[in-house]
Amino acid sequence: MNVEIIIFYIFSLLLLSSSIAVVTVNNPVKSAISLVFSFFSSAILWLLLNAEFLSIILILVYVGAVMVLFLFVVMMLDINISQAKEGFVKYFSIGIFVFATIAGLLSYFFYNQFENSGKNIITSIDLIGTDNTKNLGYLLYTEYLLAFEIAAIILLLGIISSITLTLRKSTTNKYQNPAHQVNVSKSERLRIIKDEDRKT
Amino acid sequence: MIPMSHYLIVSSILFSISLAGIFLNRKNIIIMLMSLELMFLSINFNFIIFGNYLNDLTGQIFVFFILTVVAAESAIGLAIIVVLYRNKHSINVQDIARLKG
Repeated sequence: MNVEIIIFYIFSLLLLSSSIAVVTVNNPVKSAISLVFSFFSSAILWLLLNAEFLSIILILVYVGAVMVLFLFVVMMLDINISQAKEGFVKYFSIGIFVFATIAGLLSYFFYNQFENSGKNIITSIDLIGTDNTKNLGYLLYTEYLLAFEIAAIILLLGIISSITLTLRKSTTNKYQNPAHQVNVSKSERLRIIKDEDRKT
Repeated sequence: MIPMSHYLIVSSILFSISLAGIFLNRKNIIIMLMSLELMFLSINFNFIIFGNYLNDLTGQIFVFFILTVVAAESAIGLAIIVVLYRNKHSINVQDIARLKG
Protein backbone atom coordinates (compact mmCIF):
# COMPACT_ATOMS: atom_id res chain seq x y z
CA MET A 1 0.00 0.00 0.00
CA ASN A 2 1.21 3.39 -0.94
CA VAL A 3 1.15 6.17 1.67
CA GLU A 4 -0.58 8.45 -0.81
CA ILE A 5 -3.47 6.02 -1.28
CA ILE A 6 -3.93 5.71 2.49
CA ILE A 7 -3.95 9.50 2.87
CA PHE A 8 -6.44 9.87 0.03
CA TYR A 9 -8.92 7.34 1.44
CA ILE A 10 -8.66 8.54 5.06
CA PHE A 11 -9.17 12.19 4.21
CA SER A 12 -11.89 11.65 1.63
CA LEU A 13 -13.77 9.59 4.23
CA LEU A 14 -13.27 12.39 6.78
CA LEU A 15 -14.39 14.97 4.20
CA LEU A 16 -17.60 13.12 3.37
CA SER A 17 -18.48 12.28 6.98
CA SER A 18 -17.90 15.85 8.19
CA SER A 19 -19.95 17.23 5.29
CA ILE A 20 -22.79 14.86 6.25
CA ALA A 21 -22.46 16.25 9.78
CA VAL A 22 -22.79 19.82 8.40
CA VAL A 23 -26.25 19.16 7.00
CA THR A 24 -27.61 16.88 9.74
CA VAL A 25 -26.33 18.20 13.09
CA ASN A 26 -28.87 20.14 15.18
CA ASN A 27 -26.69 22.93 16.51
CA PRO A 28 -25.55 25.48 13.86
CA VAL A 29 -22.29 26.10 15.78
CA LYS A 30 -21.42 22.41 15.55
CA SER A 31 -22.27 22.35 11.88
CA ALA A 32 -20.02 25.38 11.26
CA ILE A 33 -17.18 23.59 13.04
CA SER A 34 -17.70 20.45 10.96
CA LEU A 35 -17.61 22.69 7.88
CA VAL A 36 -14.20 23.93 9.06
CA PHE A 37 -13.10 20.33 9.40
CA SER A 38 -14.29 19.43 5.92
CA PHE A 39 -12.37 22.42 4.53
CA PHE A 40 -9.24 21.14 6.26
CA SER A 41 -9.56 17.64 4.84
CA SER A 42 -10.27 18.92 1.35
CA ALA A 43 -7.20 21.17 1.61
CA ILE A 44 -5.16 18.03 2.26
CA LEU A 45 -6.73 16.35 -0.78
CA TRP A 46 -5.86 19.42 -2.87
CA LEU A 47 -2.26 19.01 -1.75
CA LEU A 48 -2.32 15.54 -3.32
CA LEU A 49 -3.59 17.14 -6.53
CA ASN A 50 -0.58 19.52 -6.80
CA ALA A 51 -2.56 22.59 -5.79
CA GLU A 52 -0.36 23.68 -2.90
CA PHE A 53 -1.11 27.39 -3.19
CA LEU A 54 -4.86 26.87 -3.34
CA SER A 55 -4.88 24.49 -0.40
CA ILE A 56 -3.04 27.05 1.73
CA ILE A 57 -5.44 29.75 0.49
CA LEU A 58 -8.37 27.50 1.39
CA ILE A 59 -7.13 27.20 4.96
CA LEU A 60 -6.08 30.84 5.36
CA VAL A 61 -9.01 32.55 3.65
CA TYR A 62 -11.79 30.06 4.27
CA VAL A 63 -11.03 28.69 7.71
CA GLY A 64 -9.40 31.92 8.84
CA ALA A 65 -11.87 34.48 7.55
CA VAL A 66 -15.10 33.16 6.07
CA MET A 67 -15.78 30.46 8.64
CA VAL A 68 -14.95 32.82 11.51
CA LEU A 69 -17.50 35.20 9.98
CA PHE A 70 -20.03 32.35 9.89
CA LEU A 71 -19.36 31.41 13.51
CA PHE A 72 -19.63 35.07 14.49
CA VAL A 73 -23.05 35.43 12.87
CA VAL A 74 -24.30 32.09 14.23
CA MET A 75 -23.29 33.03 17.75
CA MET A 76 -24.62 36.58 17.45
CA LEU A 77 -28.10 35.55 16.35
CA ASP A 78 -30.33 33.78 18.81
CA ILE A 79 -31.53 30.85 16.73
CA ASN A 80 -34.45 28.74 17.82
CA ILE A 81 -32.99 25.29 17.12
CA SER A 82 -36.17 23.26 17.53
CA GLN A 83 -38.01 25.58 15.17
CA ALA A 84 -35.15 25.54 12.69
CA LYS A 85 -35.14 21.75 12.52
CA GLU A 86 -38.91 21.50 12.00
CA GLY A 87 -38.99 20.28 8.43
CA PHE A 88 -36.10 17.85 8.79
CA VAL A 89 -38.16 14.66 9.18
CA LYS A 90 -40.69 15.85 6.63
CA TYR A 91 -38.11 16.43 3.93
CA PHE A 92 -35.82 13.54 4.91
CA SER A 93 -37.11 11.14 2.28
CA ILE A 94 -36.85 13.66 -0.55
CA GLY A 95 -33.36 14.63 0.63
CA ILE A 96 -32.23 11.00 0.54
CA PHE A 97 -33.84 10.62 -2.89
CA VAL A 98 -32.03 13.69 -4.29
CA PHE A 99 -28.76 12.52 -2.75
CA ALA A 100 -29.07 8.99 -4.13
CA THR A 101 -30.10 10.12 -7.60
CA ILE A 102 -27.45 12.78 -8.13
CA ALA A 103 -24.64 10.83 -6.46
CA GLY A 104 -25.54 7.63 -8.31
CA LEU A 105 -25.78 9.26 -11.71
CA LEU A 106 -22.61 11.33 -11.37
CA SER A 107 -20.58 8.45 -9.91
CA TYR A 108 -21.81 6.06 -12.62
CA PHE A 109 -20.90 8.54 -15.33
CA PHE A 110 -17.47 9.35 -13.92
CA TYR A 111 -16.70 5.69 -13.23
CA ASN A 112 -17.56 4.63 -16.76
CA GLN A 113 -15.87 7.59 -18.37
CA PHE A 114 -12.59 7.67 -16.50
CA GLU A 115 -12.02 4.33 -14.77
CA ASN A 116 -10.65 2.54 -17.80
CA SER A 117 -8.93 5.53 -19.37
CA GLY A 118 -5.73 4.58 -17.54
CA LYS A 119 -5.31 8.18 -16.40
CA ASN A 120 -3.95 8.56 -12.92
CA ILE A 121 -3.59 11.69 -10.86
CA ILE A 122 -0.11 13.14 -11.03
CA THR A 123 1.07 13.67 -7.47
CA SER A 124 3.62 16.10 -6.18
CA ILE A 125 6.26 13.40 -5.94
CA ASP A 126 6.39 13.17 -9.72
CA LEU A 127 6.68 16.91 -10.16
CA ILE A 128 9.56 17.80 -7.86
CA GLY A 129 11.27 20.89 -9.19
CA THR A 130 8.18 22.65 -10.48
CA ASP A 131 6.82 25.46 -8.36
CA ASN A 132 3.05 25.63 -8.32
CA THR A 133 2.86 29.04 -6.63
CA LYS A 134 5.40 30.58 -9.02
CA ASN A 135 3.62 29.27 -12.11
CA LEU A 136 0.25 30.35 -10.79
CA GLY A 137 1.53 33.84 -10.01
CA TYR A 138 3.09 34.13 -13.44
CA LEU A 139 -0.22 33.22 -15.13
CA LEU A 140 -2.23 35.45 -12.79
CA TYR A 141 -0.18 38.58 -13.38
CA THR A 142 0.23 38.23 -17.15
CA GLU A 143 -2.60 36.43 -18.86
CA TYR A 144 -5.33 36.95 -16.29
CA LEU A 145 -4.42 40.44 -15.07
CA LEU A 146 -7.76 42.01 -16.02
CA ALA A 147 -9.68 39.22 -14.28
CA PHE A 148 -7.47 39.69 -11.22
CA GLU A 149 -8.33 43.41 -11.08
CA ILE A 150 -12.03 42.66 -11.51
CA ALA A 151 -11.75 40.22 -8.59
CA ALA A 152 -10.25 43.03 -6.50
CA ILE A 153 -13.20 45.26 -7.41
CA ILE A 154 -15.63 42.47 -6.44
CA LEU A 155 -13.97 42.23 -3.02
CA LEU A 156 -14.26 46.02 -2.62
CA LEU A 157 -17.94 45.71 -3.55
CA GLY A 158 -18.34 43.05 -0.85
CA ILE A 159 -16.80 45.35 1.76
CA ILE A 160 -18.91 48.37 0.79
CA SER A 161 -22.19 46.46 0.53
CA SER A 162 -21.82 44.60 3.82
CA ILE A 163 -20.95 47.84 5.63
CA THR A 164 -23.84 49.80 4.14
CA LEU A 165 -26.29 46.96 4.83
CA THR A 166 -25.45 46.67 8.50
CA LEU A 167 -24.76 50.34 9.25
CA ARG A 168 -27.40 52.09 11.34
CA LYS A 169 -27.64 55.37 13.14
CA SER A 170 -26.87 54.84 16.76
CA THR A 171 -29.65 55.95 19.09
CA THR A 172 -27.66 55.78 22.31
CA ASN A 173 -24.84 58.09 21.31
CA LYS A 174 -25.31 61.84 21.69
CA TYR A 175 -24.17 63.90 18.77
CA GLN A 176 -24.53 67.51 17.65
CA ASN A 177 -26.46 68.75 14.68
CA PRO A 178 -24.65 71.92 13.56
CA ALA A 179 -27.44 73.13 11.25
CA HIS A 180 -29.93 72.91 14.08
CA GLN A 181 -27.56 74.73 16.38
CA VAL A 182 -27.10 77.59 13.94
CA ASN A 183 -30.81 78.00 13.26
CA VAL A 184 -31.82 78.17 16.89
CA SER A 185 -33.66 81.33 17.95
CA LYS A 186 -33.56 83.23 21.17
CA SER A 187 -37.06 82.17 22.25
CA GLU A 188 -36.12 78.48 22.26
CA ARG A 189 -33.30 78.91 24.71
CA LEU A 190 -34.21 81.82 26.93
CA ARG A 191 -37.26 81.98 29.16
CA ILE A 192 -38.05 84.92 31.44
CA ILE A 193 -39.74 83.89 34.65
CA LYS A 194 -41.58 86.36 36.78
CA ASP A 195 -40.49 86.08 40.36
CA GLU A 196 -43.61 86.14 42.54
CA ASP A 197 -42.00 85.66 45.96
CA ARG A 198 -39.64 88.56 45.94
CA LYS A 199 -41.32 91.69 47.24
CA THR A 200 -39.22 94.72 46.91
CA MET B 1 -1.45 5.77 -7.89
CA ILE B 2 -5.00 6.87 -7.37
CA PRO B 3 -7.24 6.73 -10.42
CA MET B 4 -8.86 9.98 -11.42
CA SER B 5 -12.37 8.57 -11.17
CA HIS B 6 -12.04 8.12 -7.40
CA TYR B 7 -11.38 11.83 -6.94
CA LEU B 8 -14.32 12.64 -9.22
CA ILE B 9 -16.63 10.32 -7.28
CA VAL B 10 -15.61 11.95 -3.98
CA SER B 11 -16.41 15.40 -5.37
CA SER B 12 -19.74 14.29 -6.85
CA ILE B 13 -20.79 12.70 -3.54
CA LEU B 14 -19.83 15.96 -1.80
CA PHE B 15 -21.98 17.89 -4.28
CA SER B 16 -24.99 15.64 -3.72
CA ILE B 17 -24.62 15.82 0.08
CA SER B 18 -24.75 19.60 -0.08
CA LEU B 19 -27.72 19.50 -2.50
CA ALA B 20 -29.58 17.18 -0.10
CA GLY B 21 -28.61 19.55 2.74
CA ILE B 22 -30.49 22.40 1.06
CA PHE B 23 -33.57 20.14 0.88
CA LEU B 24 -33.23 18.94 4.48
CA ASN B 25 -32.72 22.34 6.12
CA ARG B 26 -35.58 24.22 4.54
CA LYS B 27 -36.11 26.36 7.64
CA ASN B 28 -32.59 27.39 8.57
CA ILE B 29 -31.06 29.89 6.17
CA ILE B 30 -27.59 29.74 7.76
CA ILE B 31 -27.27 25.99 7.16
CA MET B 32 -28.47 26.60 3.60
CA LEU B 33 -25.58 29.05 3.13
CA MET B 34 -23.18 26.47 4.58
CA SER B 35 -24.44 23.86 2.11
CA LEU B 36 -23.83 26.40 -0.63
CA GLU B 37 -20.22 26.70 0.56
CA LEU B 38 -19.85 22.93 0.41
CA MET B 39 -21.25 22.96 -3.12
CA PHE B 40 -18.68 25.56 -4.19
CA LEU B 41 -16.01 23.40 -2.58
CA SER B 42 -16.98 20.36 -4.65
CA ILE B 43 -17.03 22.45 -7.83
CA ASN B 44 -13.55 23.76 -7.02
CA PHE B 45 -12.53 20.16 -6.46
CA ASN B 46 -13.67 19.29 -9.98
CA PHE B 47 -11.77 22.23 -11.47
CA ILE B 48 -8.56 21.15 -9.75
CA ILE B 49 -8.99 17.49 -10.73
CA PHE B 50 -9.52 18.30 -14.39
CA GLY B 51 -6.71 20.85 -14.30
CA ASN B 52 -4.43 18.07 -13.08
CA TYR B 53 -5.82 15.70 -15.73
CA LEU B 54 -5.21 18.11 -18.59
CA ASN B 55 -1.93 19.32 -17.06
CA ASP B 56 -3.17 22.90 -17.27
CA LEU B 57 -2.96 25.58 -14.60
CA THR B 58 -6.04 27.44 -15.87
CA GLY B 59 -8.26 25.29 -13.67
CA GLN B 60 -6.43 26.49 -10.58
CA ILE B 61 -6.72 30.13 -11.76
CA PHE B 62 -10.46 29.59 -12.08
CA VAL B 63 -10.60 28.18 -8.54
CA PHE B 64 -8.79 31.29 -7.32
CA PHE B 65 -11.46 33.57 -8.81
CA ILE B 66 -14.29 31.34 -7.55
CA LEU B 67 -12.85 31.60 -4.03
CA THR B 68 -12.78 35.41 -4.34
CA VAL B 69 -16.37 35.67 -5.53
CA VAL B 70 -17.63 33.18 -2.92
CA ALA B 71 -15.93 35.11 -0.11
CA ALA B 72 -17.67 38.32 -1.22
CA GLU B 73 -20.96 36.48 -1.65
CA SER B 74 -20.91 34.92 1.82
CA ALA B 75 -19.99 38.26 3.42
CA ILE B 76 -22.95 39.98 1.72
CA GLY B 77 -25.28 37.05 2.49
CA LEU B 78 -24.39 37.09 6.18
CA ALA B 79 -24.87 40.88 6.28
CA ILE B 80 -28.33 40.41 4.77
CA ILE B 81 -29.10 37.74 7.39
CA VAL B 82 -28.01 40.09 10.20
CA VAL B 83 -30.25 42.87 8.84
CA LEU B 84 -33.18 40.45 8.49
CA TYR B 85 -32.72 39.22 12.04
CA ARG B 86 -32.61 42.80 13.29
CA ASN B 87 -35.92 43.62 11.61
CA LYS B 88 -37.87 40.37 12.02
CA HIS B 89 -36.19 38.80 15.11
CA SER B 90 -36.13 35.47 13.31
CA ILE B 91 -34.15 33.79 10.56
CA ASN B 92 -36.78 31.20 9.84
CA VAL B 93 -37.30 31.08 6.08
CA GLN B 94 -41.09 31.13 6.49
CA ASP B 95 -41.00 34.32 8.55
CA ILE B 96 -38.83 36.21 6.11
CA ALA B 97 -40.71 35.27 2.94
CA ARG B 98 -42.15 38.75 2.65
CA LEU B 99 -41.16 39.51 -0.91
CA LYS B 100 -44.13 38.02 -2.70
CA GLY B 101 -44.45 38.72 -6.38
